[in-house]
Parts: sequence; C-alpha cells; structure tokens
Amino acid sequence: MKNIKVLGSGCKNCETTARLIQIAAEQAGVEIELEKVTDMAQIMGFGVMSTPGVVVDGKVVHAGGLPGPDQVRNWVTQD
Amino acid sequence: MPDKELANESRVSLNESHSMFEWFANQVVYAGMGLSPDSDLGAAVHFFVMDVAKIFALLVIVIYLMGLLRALLSPERVRDFVRGRPDWQARGFAVTLGAATPFCSCSSVPLFIGFVEAGIPLGVTFSFLIASPMINEVAAVILVGILGWKLAALYVLAGLLVAWFGGLAMQAFKPERWVEGYVWKIQMGQANLPEPDKSFAGRHRYAVAEVREIVGRIWKWVLLGIGVGALFHGFVPEEWVGENLGGDAWYTVPVAVIMGIPLYSNATGVIPVAEAMLSKGVAVGTTLALMMSVAALSLPEMLILRKVIKWQALALFAGVLAVAFTLVGWAFNALT
Repeated sequence: MKNIKVLGSGCKNCETTARLIQIAAEQAGVEIELEKVTDMAQIMGFGVMSTPGVVVDGKVVHAGGLPGPDQVRNWVTQD
Repeated sequence: MPDKELANESRVSLNESHSMFEWFANQVVYAGMGLSPDSDLGAAVHFFVMDVAKIFALLVIVIYLMGLLRALLSPERVRDFVRGRPDWQARGFAVTLGAATPFCSCSSVPLFIGFVEAGIPLGVTFSFLIASPMINEVAAVILVGILGWKLAALYVLAGLLVAWFGGLAMQAFKPERWVEGYVWKIQMGQANLPEPDKSFAGRHRYAVAEVREIVGRIWKWVLLGIGVGALFHGFVPEEWVGENLGGDAWYTVPVAVIMGIPLYSNATGVIPVAEAMLSKGVAVGTTLALMMSVAALSLPEMLILRKVIKWQALALFAGVLAVAFTLVGWAFNALT
C-alpha cells in the first residue's frame, strides 16, 4: 500500500492538501495510507521548508503551495 | 512645502496612468449610485471603488507575470543562496531576496530553523525576517501605481536600510542565547524536489495557482486597508490633519510607529491607507514610518516566531525595529 505523508504544522493549505489526496485516492479506487506530519523537526528532516510538503513512499514530491489536481492524481495512481 | 509637492506629483502621475480606473469609479459611484463628488460619503465610496478595482487588477497581473517567469523563489532556494558566504554578502542576499519574494509569515518558523541549520548567522536571518514582510515586488509595483515611483523608491530604499542595519543591531546583542534549544538540534535532510514543468502550460498553471494562493491569503488585508483609507479620505478633515498630524512636531513619528505595532496588515494592504494620509497632507516621513510599522511589526508574526526564539529576543526585535522606523520617519520629514 502506498504511504503518503503531508508535511505541515497545521496550516490551512496543509489540511486542504491532505483532503485533496484523500479524495483523489477514493476516486481512483486506490488504497493509501495517509499520514499528517506536524512535528517541525520531522518536516525539516525531509529537507522541506515550505509547507505543505508531500512525501510519497519516502520521496519528497512537492513543497509549498497547493498542488494541482493532475499532480495529486499522479501521486495516488503512479507506481 | 516640498513634501506636499511630492505627494501632489505622485497623485498627478497616478491620475494620468490610471484614468481608466478613475473613469470606472466615476461611472459606478457618481452615475450609478448617484452620490455627489462633493459629499464626504461620495468621496469615500469613490476612493473605495477606485482602489479596489485598481489594486486587485494590479495584484492579479503582477503575481501572474511573476509566476509565469517563475520569479518567486522558494525558501529552500533562498537558503542555498545565502549559506556559506561572508557576512556582508550573506546579508546582501538575505535583504534583497527577502525583499523580492512575498513569503507567507507561516513559513517563518521553518525558514528560521533552516537558516540556523545552514550555519547562517542569526543577524543575517533577522535581516531577512525584517525585509520579507515589509517589501516585496508585488507591493512595490502597487506602490508605484498608487503613490508614484518616487515614494515607492523611498519606501523600498528605507526598508532595505532598516533590514540591513536592524539585523546588524540584533547581532550586536548576541541573540544566540535566546534561541530555543530544540532549534539547534534539528537536522535537515536534503530533498531532491522534482524539476518544475517548464512548458508554457506548466508555467501558466503555476502562475494561476500563485495568484489564487497569494490573493487568497491577502485579500482581507487589502480590503480592510482600502476601507480604512476610504474612511480617512472621505471623513477626516484636512484642517484636523494639518493641526494634529501634518506639523513638524517631533512626536508624530514615534506616535505613528507605536500605533502601527498592534495594527497589522500586509505590505499591500497598508498602501491605500498611506495614499489617503498623504493626500490629506500627513508628512511623508510620518506616513512611511506608519506603513513600515504596520507591515513589519505584528503580533501574529511575533507569536509565530515565539516558537523558535524566547520573548527577550522578540522584545529586542520589536524595539530595534521601532527605533529604526522612527529614525527613518524623522530623516524623511527633515529631508522633504
């Protein structure tokens, strides 16, 4: 199962990003494990300073600002 | 009085370059709503309609173009630029990059930690934190559009100076002792972010997202600023301003700075307030001091920074900035 982490210390965009990913996964019928990482030390540990950041299976794929719908779909469906 | 001339001149340039918005506001307020240009209410509503149209149009255009050019730097890139340089170069980059990019104050904490982790001196980090909310390219363009290029240049120049010397002053107090302990322990990883999409479609999508993100974040402040500016423009009599704010009394500048500390707006939102103040004859230095104080010193920003530095450092930060803004205000009042 794919593990997706949303990095962000509770900003509004972080919440929205997590929801977008959840919805995209449901639409694609893919089961994912969605985690919200709010601890600053952990977030910085991924090398991300601008939140929300998105990590798919341990790889940073996005940092800063809301992701586009295509992006989100790719994260959920791509192998 | 030369500063009156400066204000008049900037108003003239504004009327010439933005007569389209003037015409639009005339149509809506005088023809459409039937308000009289001579009434207080008419003047206030006209100011409001014109500035809403003009500022939001400029905001969208400027942010879109910046996004298209991918001119907006991420904090990660800024950190790479600043790290490992001699002090003066690092400060130069910190001040200019802080001024160039409109960062959300919600990035202050990761930014601060990231800078510390990269071994960037705290004084340089403070220079960045001062420059960032006070100046950005979007606000600069809107300043030119509303107040004319001379005042825009004065504001940007003063902001850069305050950021440079404010950071130096902070450094002199050895603020390292006030940094929260956990900050020093954080180890930052190295992310390999995917290459951005360089095609036109990709740039366009990015630019639209930037517009939505930034306008979505600041529109309330801008509307509030225009509202306050409109009330001031319509209902505060010029004679009252002349007696209480326009004179050469030394205390007007520190009073403006102190008033600006609890008040907060972002750099764009404070522009229409300055516009209204200048048009009523408030001195240029006093107006600049208030603008800087409102944009750079704010309670929410302080509370966010409290996560990484102790309150002593915050008090010092506020004190250094208040002194700097007062000096800037006095200097410009004396020069004009």
